[in-house]
Amino acid sequence: MTPTINAKEVTVGPPLWLLAEVTYACPLHCVFCYNPVDYTQHGPELTTQEWIKVLRDARAAGSVQCGFSGGEPLVRDDLEELVAEAHQLGFYTNLLTSGIGFTPERAKALKLAGLDHVQLSFQDSTRELNDFLSHTKTFALKQKAAQLIQENGWPMVLNCVIHRLNIDYIDKIIELAVDLGAEYLELANSQYYSWAQLNREGLMPSREQLQRAERVTNEYREKLGDKLRIFFVVPDYYETRPKKCMNGWGNIFLTITPDGSALPCHTAKMIKHLEFPNVKDMTVKDIWYDSKSFNHYRGDAWMKDPCRTCEEKEKDLGGCRCQALMLTGDAANADPVCDKSQHHQVVLDAVAYAQVPDTKRVEVKPLVFRDPINSRKLSSVAES
Amino acid sequence: MSADDDVLNSTPALSAMYRLQWEEVQQAWVLLYPEGMVKLNGSAGEIIKRLDGQKNVVALIAELEKDFETTGLQNDVLAFLDIAKQQGWVKP
Repeated sequence: MTPTINAKEVTVGPPLWLLAEVTYACPLHCVFCYNPVDYTQHGPELTTQEWIKVLRDARAAGSVQCGFSGGEPLVRDDLEELVAEAHQLGFYTNLLTSGIGFTPERAKALKLAGLDHVQLSFQDSTRELNDFLSHTKTFALKQKAAQLIQENGWPMVLNCVIHRLNIDYIDKIIELAVDLGAEYLELANSQYYSWAQLNREGLMPSREQLQRAERVTNEYREKLGDKLRIFFVVPDYYETRPKKCMNGWGNIFLTITPDGSALPCHTAKMIKHLEFPNVKDMTVKDIWYDSKSFNHYRGDAWMKDPCRTCEEKEKDLGGCRCQALMLTGDAANADPVCDKSQHHQVVLDAVAYAQVPDTKRVEVKPLVFRDPINSRKLSSVAES
Repeated sequence: MSADDDVLNSTPALSAMYRLQWEEVQQAWVLLYPEGMVKLNGSAGEIIKRLDGQKNVVALIAELEKDFETTGLQNDVLAFLDIAKQQGWVKP
């Protein structure tokens, strides 16, 4: 006879997706950046050899997709070496870049190293909003990067973060993608974490803006057909059920930050009561399967009401732990995007404020740009 | 010629966007593409790994039937190729 098992067994698959955030250094100052606000306070970047060990370790644990991200990953001059190692190990290698520093020489070297894919993001940090919209300097830069992507035979995937300040120009953004020869365009509304959370009031579009943008996107989808596939991601604040964040905590995603911290998602470090392991101290396999923090929100034993007894809990696993923490003070609460959450009003209030036109806002907070000075300032505020 | 005959004479290949790979940890063939992965079941993997853009579907079916010492695979193979084309994994 088999013994009775009370708790549902949690079966853990491999960390299929490895996100290597090789550096926090970045020439941009995007107000929606998801890098931690206190990124200047983190430890030194892993060395080339340490990254190579991470890649080998992760591949042995079953990782198969590898994204090189940051910051701007091209800031590191050993990127080609890391891509070559990842390729040789059998990873599918993705570079997530703004295109800054993407020269013909580096593109060629990355191709030779076996880079499979480049995702080019639009450099719309709103400081350059006018330039971005007028297609001058930004367009020239993106055009060069796009040309290199085509010349090297990579699929052309563009990504543009959408927010209150650029969403009304969605037609221009789509046309820019067409002009650049994109095959895929991801129009992802800013998600409110880190710098974007600080700037949420300035970034969240109104319902009217969203509906118009979706309508325009659909018109272009019809017009362009298979020529350009467009993905449009709505801000989750406008939903009544939360997203299944990262497809579940410690389910397929593994982020390694520049200093070697291993996280179940790129913003998880904000959950201060969990101690996240570092790849310098543990193997990826031990981190993934045995560390306390990766097991903490697996399964559903950690859930509180309303999630614990909710018949939909398998669908979204209670949403995002970071969002629950930021908006309710407890990462084990339901993500308040859910209208069953007792804290849902926080989300409704934010959405209500997004409907107030800029001209009618009494106090308009200036946008906080992601840069080292602001990071240091905000870190010292957090400590004191 | 019927639609099936067209398919039987065609020489399908994996689309350029995808890479086929055996994953030891998953014990499965997978298709990799930008930022994504499709895990194939056993028979799907056996079909896709035999596509080379030169061999026609008649020969493909014959090869599968020989390798697995069986007969009557035509309908299953055609049904899978239909799905694989719709998904964009395979080009006719």
